[in-house]
Amino acid sequence: MSDYITHEHDVLIIGAGGAGLRAAIEASAAGVKVAVISKSLLGKAHTVMAEGGVAAAMGNVDDRDSWRVHFADTMRGGQYLNNWRMAELHAMEAPARVHELEAWGALFDRTSDGRILQRNFGGHRYPRLAHVGDRTGLEMIRTLQDHGIHLGLDVFMEHTVVTLLKDGGRIAGAFGYDRERGRFHLFRAKAVVLATGGIGRAYKITSNSWEYTGDGHSLAYDAGAALMDMEFVQFHPTGMIWPPSVRGILVTEGVRGEGGVLRNRNGERFMFKDIPPLYANQTADTEEEGWRYTQGDKNARRPPELLTRDHVARCIRREVREGRGSPHGGVFLDIAWIKERVPNAAEHIKKKLPSMYHQFKQLADIDITQEPMEVGPTTHYMMGGVKVDADSQMSDVAGLFAAGECAAGLHGANRLGGNSLSDLLVFGKRAGEYAAAYARDNSLGAVNTDELGSAEKSALQPFEREGSDNPYTVQHTLQDVMQELVGIVRQEQEMLQALERLRELKAASERVSVPGNREYNSGWHTALDLHSLLTVSEIVTRAALERKESRGAHFRDDFPGKDEQYGGFNIVVRKGAGGGMQLTREPIPGMREDLKQIIQEMK
Amino acid sequence: MEMATFRIWRGEKGQGKFQDYTAEVSAGMVVLDAVHQIQAEHAGDLAVRWNCKAGKCGSCSAEVNGMPKLMCMTRLNTLPLDRPVTVEPMKAFPHIKDLVTDVSWNYEVKKRIPKFQPRQPDAPDGTWRIAQEDVERVQEFRKCIECYLCQDVCHVLRDHHMHEQFIGPRFLVYAAALEMHPLDIGDRVEDLKKQFGIGLCNITKCCTKVCPESITITDNAIIPLKERVVDRFFDPLSKLFRVFSNSKR
Repeated sequence: MSDYITHEHDVLIIGAGGAGLRAAIEASAAGVKVAVISKSLLGKAHTVMAEGGVAAAMGNVDDRDSWRVHFADTMRGGQYLNNWRMAELHAMEAPARVHELEAWGALFDRTSDGRILQRNFGGHRYPRLAHVGDRTGLEMIRTLQDHGIHLGLDVFMEHTVVTLLKDGGRIAGAFGYDRERGRFHLFRAKAVVLATGGIGRAYKITSNSWEYTGDGHSLAYDAGAALMDMEFVQFHPTGMIWPPSVRGILVTEGVRGEGGVLRNRNGERFMFKDIPPLYANQTADTEEEGWRYTQGDKNARRPPELLTRDHVARCIRREVREGRGSPHGGVFLDIAWIKERVPNAAEHIKKKLPSMYHQFKQLADIDITQEPMEVGPTTHYMMGGVKVDADSQMSDVAGLFAAGECAAGLHGANRLGGNSLSDLLVFGKRAGEYAAAYARDNSLGAVNTDELGSAEKSALQPFEREGSDNPYTVQHTLQDVMQELVGIVRQEQEMLQALERLRELKAASERVSVPGNREYNSGWHTALDLHSLLTVSEIVTRAALERKESRGAHFRDDFPGKDEQYGGFNIVVRKGAGGGMQLTREPIPGMREDLKQIIQEMK
Repeated sequence: MEMATFRIWRGEKGQGKFQDYTAEVSAGMVVLDAVHQIQAEHAGDLAVRWNCKAGKCGSCSAEVNGMPKLMCMTRLNTLPLDRPVTVEPMKAFPHIKDLVTDVSWNYEVKKRIPKFQPRQPDAPDGTWRIAQEDVERVQEFRKCIECYLCQDVCHVLRDHHMHEQFIGPRFLVYAAALEMHPLDIGDRVEDLKKQFGIGLCNITKCCTKVCPESITITDNAIIPLKERVVDRFFDPLSKLFRVFSNSKR
């Protein structure tokens, strides 16, 4: 017989990063009883790692900025696969969400007249990112956390949900376990908000934290909700690659912004070799011109190192594949060279890039003022996720909402830097608001106790088995498979091979056994995360097979060009009646005339 | 391949013993890498708390060769590998299992500190005007990643177990961040003296030494707060002034 602890709330929020906390604050303000489930300790979520800033068209630095420009920039960046209504709401509401953070204690860097300072970032036409040095994410999550703890939220730290529960077509709650004791918990709730972040841990090289195992994506999929745009995984071009222990940790775009250049093992500035025709007019012809751009010369054009993230990442990969990589399989990112141009270069670099200097010094024994860094692409962000209604963030399942990285729509085929933090705030708030409203209009759904019994039984199986498969080995193999076969550059044969490997790994995951007992057993937790990782990996692969073109973050070696007809739909994945994955191409709804006009004006 | 021995605390709820494991050492490795390797190869159920592995979340706090450290930022080449590297849980908090402790007390303490209370907005649109230098004054405190290593090393908590009377360096930094926040009009000075035990800190600066974010905890946060308490409660002139001004009312 199953044995679990029961909790009852109006709104249950799964995930305690920026989106989850913002949703919790909003729902709580609406006067309903709220629980937050956090896979880690409170305040440790992946949001802490965001550096650059939060995009909001406040126009504090350049008053030509407005929500309309921000909207057009976001749509262009997403190659027009975005949900335009979400892009509109996001651009319109982000400034208010940032100001609200200030009212809750966040302290952003200031302009000379005391307003919130904004910085330039890739793809944003005007300086738009409110920031706190290079630790904006920490400031945001701490502000939300410190505000939230006084609102009477029930926070369940170090709890993990293994399945969502439904009553017919609507949500009824969630079932999971606590890490400390390994006890099971039934969370009954009138509405559930998924805010679980991304899937980066499906890849070997990632900038993402431990928890990013695609739980929300997988929970929603298993509950019958639709997922969208899952082929679009953003790879950031510059992650650390050496030593092995730090592989994947982000190296900010700011290094290139300050004049850092990319070279292959022959010392060649390889980015000059491949400049997409679309960008030829905006890109420097000579190294000299590129240097002047980084030093603020408005008549110079940008160096090719500052082309879009997807393009730079692919060029780096090409150099490595063709044998021109650095000793540890990346390329060189050199900022030290500027000593040829700048007096006191070492001091200058330390002042402009303090955290990068510190990061390489402490973790790699490299003094970036004296020698080049080795960098390579790292898995960074999931554009795809739960398909939601733009205004309410409700999924196909009544009462099930999603916000932040685990929801799809805002970013389309490619996300602009800075738009993730604003996404969390704008849609976290909306999800909390609408989930609270849903909870007020509905009663608790019934829970099928047989279902709980079988969920519990299946969760405990790794202890029962005698098998020799090790959960850590399965996870590492899965990461290798996705890295090698469904990475930055994809092709059909490799992805078919990936599906085969994933099938084998799924079978292996059903054989894994773990030693010890249920109390804080990391092996057991790893075994239970495998289901989500395998589910999202398969969905990513199938969606990537379906999109036979290259667009945004999705690049097909066998279909290297953009195909007009693929620009008209999103790929949506649902669990079929027989348990198989069903893919559909869902046409993008026609854009409102006034928004179309904005895009025309901003071209 | 170079091998090293790791002497890791295994056990539950304070009971347990050190157990030796060997791990292959590769270039640039940190202690957390070794712990992960041991977990994957020899001890699947080894409990360790971690998250970002980039020194930004403050989850993987432990004591390495007796020193409070983030395991993800402690490189093996900074440790003597000719003898076993000891890895144990923090001592100032109840033990759960292996390297994991129950840090929930910290979350309860934070709730007791009166929250941020902004002054009225400066502009009609509801926003404030703040000088960058005023922001910078408290940004140091706001760098805190809540790893609780300062709490772990503080003898008031670690040795004297005065968790009821003393909030510890982390929350003195938190209180300082609020008290010195350019917009905040709350007053926590009386609480600092009466509820939060600021007088128990005798400025040994151990907290400052272990802070992975290099926050000057004692000099920049605790001492200025102590000065505010002294000004309010122990300064004879202002005491006299208060008596005088009260008597006028």
